[in-house]
Amino acid sequence: MIVHQLSVFLENKSGRLTEVLETLGQGNIKVTALSVADTSEFGILRMIVSDPEKAKKLLKEKSFTVNLTEVLSIITPNEAKYYAKALKILSDIEISIEYTYAFSVGEKSVIILRTNNAELAIKTLQEHAIELLKASDLYMI
Amino acid sequence: MNIWNRHFECMDRDELRIVQGERLRETVERVYFHVPFYRQKMQEKALGPENIQTLDDLSKLPFTTKSDLRDNYPFGLFASPMSEIVRLHASSGTTGKPTVVGYSRRDIATWSEVMARTLTSAGATRDDFIHIAFGYGLFTGGLGLHYGGEKIGASVIPVSGGNTKRQLQLMHDFGSTVLACTPSYALYLAEALEESGLKREELRLRVGVFGAEPWTENMRREIEEKLQIKAIDIYGLSEVIGPGVASECLSQKGLHINEDHFYPEIIDPETLEVLPPGNAGELVFTTITKEGLPLIRYRTRDLTHLNYEKCSCGRTFVRMEKCLGRSDDMLIIRGVNLFPSQVESVLLEMSEIKPYYQLIVDRVNNLDEIELKVEVEEQFFQDKIGQLMALRQKIQQNLESSLGLSIKITLVEPKTLERFDGKAKRVVDKRNF
Repeated sequence: MIVHQLSVFLENKSGRLTEVLETLGQGNIKVTALSVADTSEFGILRMIVSDPEKAKKLLKEKSFTVNLTEVLSIITPNEAKYYAKALKILSDIEISIEYTYAFSVGEKSVIILRTNNAELAIKTLQEHAIELLKASDLYMI
Repeated sequence: MNIWNRHFECMDRDELRIVQGERLRETVERVYFHVPFYRQKMQEKALGPENIQTLDDLSKLPFTTKSDLRDNYPFGLFASPMSEIVRLHASSGTTGKPTVVGYSRRDIATWSEVMARTLTSAGATRDDFIHIAFGYGLFTGGLGLHYGGEKIGASVIPVSGGNTKRQLQLMHDFGSTVLACTPSYALYLAEALEESGLKREELRLRVGVFGAEPWTENMRREIEEKLQIKAIDIYGLSEVIGPGVASECLSQKGLHINEDHFYPEIIDPETLEVLPPGNAGELVFTTITKEGLPLIRYRTRDLTHLNYEKCSCGRTFVRMEKCLGRSDDMLIIRGVNLFPSQVESVLLEMSEIKPYYQLIVDRVNNLDEIELKVEVEEQFFQDKIGQLMALRQKIQQNLESSLGLSIKITLVEPKTLERFDGKAKRVVDKRNF
C-alpha cells in the first residue's frame, strides 16, 4: 500500500521544471500526478510517475537532487465529504498529515497523503473501509 | 600646524634611522629572551640578538605570518606576562580561531600617541567633537579612535556602529565635527541623511577619517561631495597595533607611516626579497616599541609602494600609497575581515552537507552584502520544506556565531556552481571600489 513518490529539489530558476519533465519524457515515463511546494527561494517538486526507480535514475544522471518518499493513496467517490471523512479519521487518531494533494478521474477522486505514520494510517483507513490503491494501480492511471 | 609630535614626525631621516636601529635592537632582545617562538626561529638560523645591530640586519630575521599567530593561539607570542597585559583585542583568523593581540600599559600609551597623530593630521583639535561610528569591542577600530580622541582632548562621542537614524540625530544634536567610520558606511550615512528630514547645513561635520577596508579615489570624491567634508585615509591592522599605523595628512598624497614605532619594508610576495624604495609589493612591519606583542617582519598581505620624498606638510615619515589589493584571498566585508577558508571550516563541521559552496560579495546601496550558495546534496534532501529551511537557518547561525557576519544562505542544485580545474571557484566579488 506504500506508494513511492518522486521528490525533486528545484532552485527558483526558470526552466528547471521544464527540464525535469523533458527528462522524464525522454525516458517514456508517465506522470500521474504532480504538485510543487514552494518558498521564495526554492521548491520541492512531488510527482507520482509510472516508474519511480527509473525516473530517479534518469534525473540523477542530470544532476538533480532526487529522493523517493513514501506516501499513501486512497480512492473515493468524487465528493469533498469523502476527502473530509478520510482526513477526520486520521486526525482522530492524531496522525498528522504533512501534505496532501488530489485529482479526479471520472467519478472518482485519488488522494495522495504524506503522514507521519504510514503503517498506522493504512491500518486505520482500511478498518474504516476506505479503499487504498496499490502502487501498481496508481502508477498506471 | 596639524602635527601632533613634531619632534618625531618631522625628524631628520638620518637621525630617525639611528632611533629606529636602537629600538630594533631592543625589540629583538626582548623577543629573543621572552618569546620561545622567536628564539627558536633565530637559533635555527644561528642568530642571536648580537647579530642584529642595524636596520640592514633586519632582513636576516624570519617573517611572521597570520598562521604563526594562529598556531600560537591565544597568547603564545606575547612577550609580557599576562599580569602586564591590560588589554586584549581580536580579529578574524584564517580558520575558526580569531587572531588575538595583547597590549601592555605602555602599548596603550603608544597606541594613543599614534592615534593622536592620526587625528591631528586630519586637522582635529581639542575643540572638535569626534563621532566614532567604528564598532566598539574586540575590534580595534572603536577603542583605537576613542583613546586618540581623548588624548588630543577632543570631545569623544562613542556611538559605535549601527542605528543610522540615531547616528544622524546625535550628529545633529551634538554637533559632531569629525566622523570616524568605514568609507562605505560614510556613503551610507550620506544617503540616509538625504532621506531623513535633516539638512546638511544643520550639521557641523568638517572632516572624516576612514579606514578598515579598501577604498578608491572615486569613493573619496563621492564622500567629499555628498557629505561636504574632507575624507582622510587611515590605515592599520590589529596585529601591528590597530588603527594608527599610518594616516594621510590634509594634502591627501599618501599615508604617513609612524615609522618610529612601526618599521616598514616592501617585499616581493613570491620571492620574499626586500624591494628597493618605490617598488610595489607586500607591506611588512616590524614593531619597534611594542612590549606585549612585538612582531618581527609581519606580513600584512597588503600591496602598496613607499614614497620617501618629503611631504609638503613638513613630515619626513615615509608615505604609503592607498592599499587596493592583497596577496592572499582575504575579503573585507563592512570592515570585517573574512577568509573563505573560515567559511569552509564551519561548513565542514556540519555533517549534513558537503562544502560545495560559493561566496558572492556585492555592494548594494553602499553596503557590502554577502551571500553563500551551498549545493543541496541528496543525503540531506528530505522532501520537507521545513527541514530545508531549518538547515538553511542552521548554516546561517553557525556562520554568524563563528564569523560575526550575517550571511544570506541560498540553497542551489548540485553541480551548478562554477568549477575551475575541478575546484569550485570559491569567491565571486562583484564590488568595484
